[in-house]
Amino acid sequence: MIKRIYVWEFPVRLTHWLNVLSILALAVTGIYIGAPYLFAVNENQFIMAKMRYVHFISSYVFTVSFLVRIYWMFAGNKFSRWRQFVPISKERLETLYGATAYYCFLREKCPRVIGHTALAGVTYLLLFILFLIEILTGFALYSQSHIGAFWTLMGGWLFAVMGEGTVRLVHHMITWLIAVFVIVHIYIAWLNDLSERNGLMSSIFSGYKSVEE
Amino acid sequence: MSTVRDDQSIWEGLSKKGVSRRDFMKFCSTMAATLALPSSFVPRIAEALEKKQKPYAVWLEFQDCAGDTESILRATKPTIAQIVLDVISLEYHETIMAGAGKAAEKARDDVVKNQKGKYIAIVEGAIPTKDGGIYCTIAGRTALDIAKEVCGNAAFTINVGSCSCWGGVPSANPNPTGAVGTGEAVSGITYVNIPGCAHNVENATATIVHYLTFGSLPPVDSHHRPLFGYGKRIHDNCERRAHFDAGQFVRKWGDEGHRRGWCLYEMGCKGPEAYYNCPTVKYNSGTCWPVQAGHPCMACAADHNWDAFGPIYKRLENVPGAGYQTSADKIGLGVAAVAAAGVAAHAIARAVKGKPKDEEDK
Ligand code: HEM
Ligand code: HEM
Ligand code: SF4
Repeated sequence: MIKRIYVWEFPVRLTHWLNVLSILALAVTGIYIGAPYLFAVNENQFIMAKMRYVHFISSYVFTVSFLVRIYWMFAGNKFSRWRQFVPISKERLETLYGATAYYCFLREKCPRVIGHTALAGVTYLLLFILFLIEILTGFALYSQSHIGAFWTLMGGWLFAVMGEGTVRLVHHMITWLIAVFVIVHIYIAWLNDLSERNGLMSSIFSGYKSVEE
Repeated sequence: MSTVRDDQSIWEGLSKKGVSRRDFMKFCSTMAATLALPSSFVPRIAEALEKKQKPYAVWLEFQDCAGDTESILRATKPTIAQIVLDVISLEYHETIMAGAGKAAEKARDDVVKNQKGKYIAIVEGAIPTKDGGIYCTIAGRTALDIAKEVCGNAAFTINVGSCSCWGGVPSANPNPTGAVGTGEAVSGITYVNIPGCAHNVENATATIVHYLTFGSLPPVDSHHRPLFGYGKRIHDNCERRAHFDAGQFVRKWGDEGHRRGWCLYEMGCKGPEAYYNCPTVKYNSGTCWPVQAGHPCMACAADHNWDAFGPIYKRLENVPGAGYQTSADKIGLGVAAVAAAGVAAHAIARAVKGKPKDEEDK
C-alpha cells in the first residue's frame, strides 16, 4: 500500500520557493554589482542603479522568508522542526551515516525517512548559517549608505569585527558557495526521486510524499 | 615663531599683517561651510576670532613624510595660508621653525611648562612602539616619550594625517616598527583625528575654529573623526556617480571611458566604503581631488586602509591563499564547476553500477 503523507506544510513550501526566486535574482544582480558585465551604451539606461534596486528588493524578500522559515522551525510539524537540522539523537546520527554511505556507493539504499535525511538536515543547517552570514554582511554593506543606529544593528556592527574589504569578499564568495549547494541539491533531489520513487520532487510543490506502508 | 603680541586678538593680528576685512569674512564663511553650519553662524565665528587670542600650539613630527606640513604651507588660497598659520601661535614646528638644536627644544619645553593644559598639540606622523620606541628619536628622546609629555599636558591633541591617526603607511603590514597613532600610543588624552593622506588643512583649521567659537571640539565618530568632515560617503558625493548608476565604467587606463570621465569602480575605487569630504572640500585650493583627476579613491582617510581595503587597483580583497591575479569570481566559478563535475561523475557512476536490487539492505 502506498500512502500519501502531508510532509511540507505551506510555510515550508512558500519559503522554499521565495528563497529560490529571490536567490536567483540576488545572485544575478549581485554578480553584476561585483563585476559589471553589461555596459551602458547611453546615459539613460541606469543599469547599475536598477541592478542595485532589484538586489535590495529581493534582499528584503529573502530576509523575511528566511526569518519565517526559522520561526517555523519552532512552530511547524515535526518534519520542519529544528531537530531535523541538528543531528543529536542516536537515530538521526545513524541515518546521517547511512545517507552518507549511500551517496558514496557504500550502501545500496538510502535510509528511509519521511522528513529530511539527517545528511540533508545538516546540509540545510550549514546553508542556513551561510544565509545568515550573507544577510548580515549584506546589511553591513547596506549600512555604508544608510547611516543610523538601526542599520548598525542590522549589520553595520560587523565592521568592528572585520575590515570593509573582508565583509565585501565574504558576501561575494558566499554567492558561489550557494551556487555549489544548488547544483548538488537539485541533483540529489532528482536522484532520490528516481531511486526511491517517493515523489520527492513533486513534494516540494504539493507538500505530499508517497510512503510505502 | 609668533610675531603677534599676545594681547592681540586673532583678527587684530591678521589686520596688522594686511589681511583685509573682506578676506577675513571670506575665511569665516569658508569655515562655516566646512563645519556644515548655516551662514547665520558666520558672524559668530567672526566675533570669536575678533575677541580670542591665538592659542599656543606645538606641532610634533614623527614617522611622517611632512606631507601634512606641506598641506598647510601649500594652502594656496592666499588668505587661508596666512590665516591658518595665524589662527594658532605655532611655537614649535621642526620643519618650518627658524630655531634649531637646544633653542628649538627649549621653545617646546617652555610651552609645555608655561601653558600647561592650555595649548594645542598637533601631531603629524606615526609613533613607533617596538623595541622601546627607538625607531624614531628626536634630540635623543623617543617619539613616544615626547608625545607622552607634550600631548599629555595639552588641552587636546589634533592628529593631522592618517599616520598620527592610526599609524598610516609606517603601520602597514608587516609594520616593522610597531607604529601606532597618537590616540593608541598615549592613553587618556583628548584628541581629534583629521586623517587623510595628506590631511586637508581646511578640516584641521575648521576644528580649531570650532573650538575657538564654541569652546568645545566638534562632534566625532567612533574613529575620533569630526562628523563635519568624515560623516558622508565619497561614493554618495562623487561627481562620477551618475556614470556608476548608468553602468558606464572605466575598464582600462586611458580607454574611451577613462577619457570621458566615467566611474572608476572597476579600477578599484574605494569610494563606496570611504567617508570623507574630499569630493566637496577638495585639495589644491579646492580645485581637484583624486577621482576628479582620474585615479580611484584608496580610502586614505579610513582606518588601516592599506591592509583593510584590499589592493588599490582591485575592487575586492585577494582571496586568502590565492595569488594576486586570481579574481574572486574565477575561484568561485572554479568551485562551482568542480561541484557540477562531481555531480556528473556521481550520476555516471550510478548508471554504470545499475539499479539496486529491491529487497537488499533495508
Ligand atoms: C536557490 C535554490 C534553492 C535553495 C536555496 C534550496 C533550499 C532548500 C532547503 C533549505 C530545503 C529544506 C526545506 C526546509 O525544510 O525548509 C530544500 C528542500 C527541497 N528542495 Fe530546494 N532549494 C533550492 C532549489 C530547489 C530546486 C530548483 C528544486 C527542484 C527542482 C528543489 C527541490 C527541493 C526538494 C525536492 C526539497 C525537499 C527535499 C528534502 O527533503 O531534502 N530545490 N531546498
Ligand atoms: C543569497 C543572498 C545574496 C546573494 C547571493 C548576494 C550577492 C551579492 C553579490 C555577489 C554582491 C557583490 C559583492 C561585491 O563584489 O561587491 C552583493 C552586493 C551587495 N549585497 Fe548582496 N547578496 C545576497 C543577499 C543580500 C542581502 C540580504 C542584503 C541586505 C541588504 C544584500 C545587500 C548587498 C549590498 C548592500 C551590496 C553592495 C551593493 C553596492 O556596493 O552597491 N545582499 N550581493
Ligand atoms: S569613481 Fe568611485 S566614488 Fe565615484 S562613483 Fe565611481 S566608485 Fe563611486
